[in-house]
Amino acid sequence: MPDGAMPVLDVKGLKTVFRTRGGEVHAVNSVSFHLERGELLGVVGESGSGKSVTMMSLIGLLPSPPAEIREGQVLLGTTDLLKISDADLRDIRGARVGFVFQDPMTSLNPVFNIGFQIMEPLRRHMGLDKPQARARAIELLELVGIPDAANRLNNYPHQFSGGMRQRVMIAIALACDPDVLIADEPTTALDVTIQAQILELVKDLRQKLGMAIIWITHDLGVIAAIADRVMVMYGGQIVEQAPVKDLFANPQHPYTRALLKTIPSISGKREARLQVIEGQPPIISAAPSACSFRARCGHAFQLCQAENPLRRAVGGGAVDQGHDVACHWTPEGKDV
Amino acid sequence: MFDQPVNNLVEVSDLKMYFPIYTGIFRRHTGDVKAVDGVSFNIREGETLGLVGESGCGKSTVGRALLRLYEPTAGSVMISGENIATLDSEALRKKRPTMQMVFQDPQASLNPRMTLADIISEPLIEHTDWPVERRLERVLELMDAVGLNRRFANRFPHEFSGGQRQRIGIARALALNPKFIVCDEPIAALDVSIQAQVVNLLEDLQTRLGLTYLFISHDLSMVRHIADRVAVMYLGRIAELSPRDELFAKPLHPYAEALLSAVNEPDPNRARRERIILQGDVPSPANPPKGCNFCTRCPKAFARCHQEKPELVEVEPGRQVACFLYEDKKPAVSIGRPEAKTEHNQQGETL
Repeated sequence: MPDGAMPVLDVKGLKTVFRTRGGEVHAVNSVSFHLERGELLGVVGESGSGKSVTMMSLIGLLPSPPAEIREGQVLLGTTDLLKISDADLRDIRGARVGFVFQDPMTSLNPVFNIGFQIMEPLRRHMGLDKPQARARAIELLELVGIPDAANRLNNYPHQFSGGMRQRVMIAIALACDPDVLIADEPTTALDVTIQAQILELVKDLRQKLGMAIIWITHDLGVIAAIADRVMVMYGGQIVEQAPVKDLFANPQHPYTRALLKTIPSISGKREARLQVIEGQPPIISAAPSACSFRARCGHAFQLCQAENPLRRAVGGGAVDQGHDVACHWTPEGKDV
Repeated sequence: MFDQPVNNLVEVSDLKMYFPIYTGIFRRHTGDVKAVDGVSFNIREGETLGLVGESGCGKSTVGRALLRLYEPTAGSVMISGENIATLDSEALRKKRPTMQMVFQDPQASLNPRMTLADIISEPLIEHTDWPVERRLERVLELMDAVGLNRRFANRFPHEFSGGQRQRIGIARALALNPKFIVCDEPIAALDVSIQAQVVNLLEDLQTRLGLTYLFISHDLSMVRHIADRVAVMYLGRIAELSPRDELFAKPLHPYAEALLSAVNEPDPNRARRERIILQGDVPSPANPPKGCNFCTRCPKAFARCHQEKPELVEVEPGRQVACFLYEDKKPAVSIGRPEAKTEHNQQGETL
């Protein structure tokens, strides 16, 4: 990471709460992170860990009520996205921040053709007229590797396969040359061979366009293949953050360690029995006063019950820069 | 699991499952979706056969046709000596207790209005004449076996998490002491940390009860963990059927090779290696390509692949591959049917 350079996105102390009939759910608790220019930040976690809610909070995609962003600061350049009006936010969404969602079938509108849907942000945000927008749309489809782009503009979403639809989604997200692309489980609904195609495309596009990407997934394999830096989320908090190689080579948090061990490998030694993480992920109904992983953690001790661990740097340095972990326990010198 | 008995519990030969397509105002039968198009394999007693492939390749259809949840179009399915495909409904009903299924979606496969005890005892009501007390005793016994707390017997499915619901589905499948269980993507809907719990449970039950599994999954790393032998399907046909270790060490069929290469390993050094990226998408099973089903995407296809369909033949001891690349290795035993070398397109015309 280059020092001194301004991050594209800087999130500080974000807290999102859902008010439900059964009480409050603290989905995101004091999450802080930054995103460098041109970087691919992977976000891993199980369902309910708060990874999608965090990213949707950033750009006001959560319906309020029930969602409420209690605290925090989301700096895109110098603008605090939590302070600006809805109209200003609309100018940013799709223009400076692009999204790709998990399910390409439900996130494309079935009654409009692909051309209309790609041209929409171009005309809304960049003020292009129809022929200009069309030319740019063709360019975009070619960029994401859709053959015969000019003709396919007139096709409807159902005429594309899953992988092709995801390419269209990526084209729409890239339409206005965003600074930040948020991809929420973009390959989860796809088959492995199609997933490999999309990952290859994203690697290629990063080299060509150089935007920063936040890639949300539960698949550590995908993270290993494309991310520069990784955040692991659990119970609405970031429990570990590290450059990708450090995270896989030297995981610190017991949750990360356990997660890496539960996944069988397709090469190397075959374990006779899978390691399991016993128990269930928690539902956080109050601001945490203890470690949210303690009930499932093999290393938990008294302090874990008494105090929610804060993120601390591993091997010196500042939090959110090198490798950091939110855990009271240190693996050094102990056999796991 | 390692001293493999040679008895085949399940013998499938040339299984076909076509779903008809009706078009036009007269709803004429104009073609078929060939979801499963001539599949043959055996499952030995006490073994786990993994069935892998991408969505739409027909792996779930095989699982369902095996238990005759669909009426197979052609072929035979012998389960401990009886042909499931042709049994009459009364005999089939008698046979049901020996073969059960665990479904993918534990939410959709459990009746939301029934309590856990009702769900697990339903097969007992259907197939035994046990009194209520004995049924309840069996239900509690099954709940212990799958690791559900006995106190939960009167709760409803929505009160459980995904992993627990899958345990309920497994308990129901075990109720009648089956020999053979088809697990159709039993872990696909679960979180990573829960998947391992369910897979370990399935393995424990297999050791304890001597079960035989057909484990259908798209997760190759999990299949490597649980299966003894693995069949790789593509577009309604088996591309390769090999023992687990051999397949993962060196896949023979080009599709199996590409599929394994596409898996992302949770290791940044290995995950960034060069991979085989297949071009294009899987063709429609309503209109499969002439010749080998994989010829449209195969990086190694040659002229013959576009003309004839390769049969699944044994090319190394225990390894069967359907690919012309291995033609020269003398086929020891031909497993597939002696196929007439004429191809039919979906209109049924001879090409």
